[in-house]
Amino acid sequence: MAVSSPPVDLSAALVLKPVAAVDWLVILPVAWCIGIGAVLMMVRHRTFLHPPIAVAALGILAGLDATLLWHVAQNGPVTMVMGRWLPPFGIAFTVDLTGALFALIAAVVALAGAVAAVTDINDGGRRYGFYPFLMLLMAGVSGAFLTGDIFNLYVWFEVLLISSFGLLVLGAEREQIDGAVKYGFLNLVGTTLFLIATGYLYGIFGTLNMADIAAKAGPLRETAPLTTLIALFVFAFAMKAAAFPVNFWLPASYHTPRIVVSALFAGLLTKVGIYALIRVSVMLFPLERDDLSLVIAAVGALTMITGALGALAQTDTRRLLGYLVISGIGSMLAGIALGGPGGIGGAVFYALHSMVVMTALYLAAGLAARLGGGFSMASLSGLYARHALFSALSLMLFFAVSGLPPFSGFWPKVMLVKAALDGGAGWLAAALLFTGFLTMIATGRLFLLAYWRPAAAAAPSAQDAVPATALLPLIALTAVSVLIGLFPQTLLGLVHEAALTLDEPSAYLHSVFPAGSAP
Amino acid sequence: MRSLILRTVAPLIVGLMVLFSIFVLLRGHNEPGGGFIGGLIAVAALSIYGIAFGVETVRRAIVFHPLAIAGAGLMLSTLSGLVSMVFHVPFMTGLWIYPVILGEEVPLSSVMTFDIGVYLVVVGAVTSVALSLEERGED
Repeated sequence: MAVSSPPVDLSAALVLKPVAAVDWLVILPVAWCIGIGAVLMMVRHRTFLHPPIAVAALGILAGLDATLLWHVAQNGPVTMVMGRWLPPFGIAFTVDLTGALFALIAAVVALAGAVAAVTDINDGGRRYGFYPFLMLLMAGVSGAFLTGDIFNLYVWFEVLLISSFGLLVLGAEREQIDGAVKYGFLNLVGTTLFLIATGYLYGIFGTLNMADIAAKAGPLRETAPLTTLIALFVFAFAMKAAAFPVNFWLPASYHTPRIVVSALFAGLLTKVGIYALIRVSVMLFPLERDDLSLVIAAVGALTMITGALGALAQTDTRRLLGYLVISGIGSMLAGIALGGPGGIGGAVFYALHSMVVMTALYLAAGLAARLGGGFSMASLSGLYARHALFSALSLMLFFAVSGLPPFSGFWPKVMLVKAALDGGAGWLAAALLFTGFLTMIATGRLFLLAYWRPAAAAAPSAQDAVPATALLPLIALTAVSVLIGLFPQTLLGLVHEAALTLDEPSAYLHSVFPAGSAP
Repeated sequence: MRSLILRTVAPLIVGLMVLFSIFVLLRGHNEPGGGFIGGLIAVAALSIYGIAFGVETVRRAIVFHPLAIAGAGLMLSTLSGLVSMVFHVPFMTGLWIYPVILGEEVPLSSVMTFDIGVYLVVVGAVTSVALSLEERGED
């Protein structure tokens, strides 16, 4: 109402400086995904419209994220506070290099998944809402990578979890419901733990803004039980990321949905857990992370080795890949445990590599099933004779996941092993190398049986032709992996810079609280 | 459900409840209420209508598919946030206009359109669930 009131100093509560257009890049990836998801819901029954809209939208999302990364690389962390309220009261979206890198690779992976889904998800699946769920999942994933508020992070976890339930039961087969119940229950336990830890954190700090927490942690170390708090967070995120011994939900559920859904989950979901763990343990509570580093290192070593051993024992290609996802999580945990620019940089790099390569591997398993008639390694055979290009792509991905040069898995492994040796943790370096060896055996065995073994009598459901939309995303993701492997300088530089910002977050803090506005 | 009593009073109750839900939605700006609770009241109204006259009647009455309504609401809420881009203020900033309609100043804001979006999301999503549950019950 236009009631005359005494003049109020709005600058104490509100952002009065006009917002530059470029700052909108911080929030646009999320708003864009939600908006397109809404459009897809409105045209729910015109399923022929879904693939072109979603593929174009995810292409634009990748463009937005790439521009955001470029902007952040040029100008340092960027912040936008929702609703004009000053931080820490307004919810801040703060993007640093780590968040921008994760968001970009997530968009690329989702784009590949959306293209692969054109042939993999039939009209029934589209009617059920594959593409709207995918867009809302990406809203959750992008939100989690870009937010600068820990409760907001929890909200994005919920968004992506709800969307992932929808994707998981696409088709509503008995086996899928079984997998979804296990996945859903255990993830809800993890999310609840995250919420409890967040409540505890709010009780201690009285703020949820990450920059504010990082700034206030110093004086509180004397009195507050911060190690307990960070232990709770580590447990909750380890459950999300599928770290040993709370990883049994992953092998129980990842082989049940459509293969594109498995591919997207393998590329996106566990990595959000790793990202959250990096953000909270490295940036917010570095000293407490030091206290827990031995525990995290042990968990990491056990995760990677049990993952690789699990992969060796499987006869179903999808289950084998599920264990490889877990094994990779172990390597990232090792990086988090080691700390420092080398370890954290290695963990971030490994996560980015794993997002691309694990998605590609699941897509390859889907194509192998299409060519060979199933997912069982006992019946798959003669793929090399059937489709040489596909086999070559698969072999490159097997090398990449094992960490052999010249593919993307090599460089993060080098960084992690070097960090482990520099940090005097020779046993961790040995575990990393041993895991690479076991992974090579597991994938080599798969290649030997499914690709090289002469074809048995052709399986009845096998198809000879591979549609271009199925092969294209696989080629693209493999090309990304090879390019990262051959020309790692740019990414190595970015990752190093990202790790430095996490290690010494003064630039991040400055972005949220510009000079003069002390928290 | 073939109950003459319910069928007789249902239109009256449903009309009142929908009206009340819109009242709660608009009241929510400064007092208890809002899009979420208003939406739930509207869903309750549609459910009663469904119990009295069958699910098909409800689906015809609301014209659009419930999930399309939810999508439209989500779109409206997102756009309410994006409007602030034009005014160079951060995402989701509340923006106001005061048009004079019939000699009365009516304050309208992007906060209100956001809340109407929430209302539509709740109406769409929960109606979708309620109607499919009622459909199962009829089998």
